[in-house]
Amino acid sequence: MSYSDKVIDHYNHPRNVGSMDKSSTDVGTGLVGAPECGDVMKLQIKVNPQTNVIEDAKFKTFGCGSAIASSSLATEWVKGKTVDEALAIKNMDIVKELSLPPVKIHCSVLAEDAIRAAIGDWKKKQETGKPVAAEAK
Amino acid sequence: MSTDVKIPQADTQAHSTNGKGVKLPIYMDNHATTPMDPRVLEEMLPYFMEKFGNAASRNHSFGWAAEEGVETARERIAKLVGATTKEIIFTSGATESDNLAIKGVAEMYREKGNHIITAVTEHKAVLDTCKRLEKYGYRVTYMPVQKDGLVDLDDLKRAMDDKTILVTIMYANNEIGVIQPVVEIGKLCHERGVIFHTDATQAIGKVPVDVVKQNIDLASISGHKMYGPKGVGALYVRRKNPRVQLSAIIDGGGHERGMRSGTLNVPGIVGLGKACAIAQEEMPQESCRLAGLRNRLRDRIMGRLDEVYINGSMDHRLPGNLNISFAYVEGESLLMGINDIAVSSGSACTSATLEPSYVLKALGTGDDLAHSSIRFGIGRFNTEAEVDYVADRVIETVERLRELSPLYEMAKEGINLKDVKWAGEAH
Ligand SMILES: Cc1ncc(COP(=O)(O)O)c(C=O)c1O
Ligand code: FES
Repeated sequence: MSYSDKVIDHYNHPRNVGSMDKSSTDVGTGLVGAPECGDVMKLQIKVNPQTNVIEDAKFKTFGCGSAIASSSLATEWVKGKTVDEALAIKNMDIVKELSLPPVKIHCSVLAEDAIRAAIGDWKKKQETGKPVAAEAK
Repeated sequence: MSTDVKIPQADTQAHSTNGKGVKLPIYMDNHATTPMDPRVLEEMLPYFMEKFGNAASRNHSFGWAAEEGVETARERIAKLVGATTKEIIFTSGATESDNLAIKGVAEMYREKGNHIITAVTEHKAVLDTCKRLEKYGYRVTYMPVQKDGLVDLDDLKRAMDDKTILVTIMYANNEIGVIQPVVEIGKLCHERGVIFHTDATQAIGKVPVDVVKQNIDLASISGHKMYGPKGVGALYVRRKNPRVQLSAIIDGGGHERGMRSGTLNVPGIVGLGKACAIAQEEMPQESCRLAGLRNRLRDRIMGRLDEVYINGSMDHRLPGNLNISFAYVEGESLLMGINDIAVSSGSACTSATLEPSYVLKALGTGDDLAHSSIRFGIGRFNTEAEVDYVADRVIETVERLRELSPLYEMAKEGINLKDVKWAGEAH
């Protein structure tokens, strides 16, 4: 397997590695994949509740170089986008950007899943979180 | 709150030597293939141009010269494994030797029975041959192995019945280097009049093999696993106590006592012979040296990293083999980080089928740890400085990737990964 320069660059210099407080209302966490399958991605977003803009994103990935690159790229792409814009990111966009070969397409699917899961988690928090927040006022 | 993690940056500089005088890249994948020993090449060279004759040409000196080269090689191979020259059949490699042994016995002894016993950790050359025979009405028992990779002799006893004609169990495994109790397996077979084949591809030339003392009836040999050329191998076929007969799978001019037709690959055979002679002469010191290097690699890695697991028995193992799993780190990403070192991984991400190593699964290693496994194959041309360099690179890369691993983070938080409901578990 030879990797594209972009995959190698993300692997060697992964962007936005880290973790955010998953209990914070502004933070959405997506944890997808399974250790048995050889790939687990954790992608977190921090959303501005006024503007719905993703202000920060972090990831950690257990998986091949293409999986690491896909999630690293995903954090770069979601930053600065609104939640709805981020939901429009498709795995094939990642495949194209990183020139992933067919056997590595599932690694990009996982990255798309991770974005969706993180946004889903954040949305759920907004629904359950708001009334509580309102009461606290 | 966002906590940034400092990731030590990988060294991406292309370099050919490092400070310690280690030449890069380092080849440490000697189970896949070995580099040829220059002494082997030297011995082969005359057989391409000057001594190009057909070893089967009986009527002129060109044929005689080729035949002489072939017969010297046959003696050297026989001597290395304790056989006689008439018991060595040349083939194109261990895959063919395995096919010839198994299919040859199956067809020849069809009247006697149709049952074959093998183990789940065998090489595909054995497993897929057995699978094909199942299509033709043979019954095959694929024995499990124990946690350490060894077959259980009681299991073997129980598996044998009056229709069993062949037991085929490898001498040493190509992934985990685990050495099977061949002497005892052979004894059980001989007590019951069952033929014993062993795929000794990884063992011959590395550990002492004696077909007589070890009760072996058929043994597969390959040139390119022992510093000889690719595309040449041999099959040992016992001639007495018991005499083993084989049906040929390649028909033609009747070469190799009719068991394997086809003009002999003379230079290749000469090379295989020389490789055997060198292995025999150097084995006592070389196997100690390799075991020392292997243990050094293991101790360095395990001294610095926690949650590192050795796959397979350390006591019954080829001297140059180390197969370890680095928990929370996926194997292919680790290979990518140590890209100036050639080793291999049992991770699904490195395989075309996207399945993790079936050998590691057979040991009961969880799929997660199979994905995290690396096989180091230390060989004749590896040095202590290389081992130290490899250990350092592996350690720094594992540390870097663990900082990147959500699993490592969860484990450090005290979460039991086995209790987590994983979204992707349906895969
Ligand atoms: C145990 C074992 N058997 C058989 C083979 C096949 O050998 P060859 O490449 O000579 O056909 C190999 C090598 O991949 C091996 O390791
Ligand atoms: S994570 Fe297994 S191939 Fe990418």
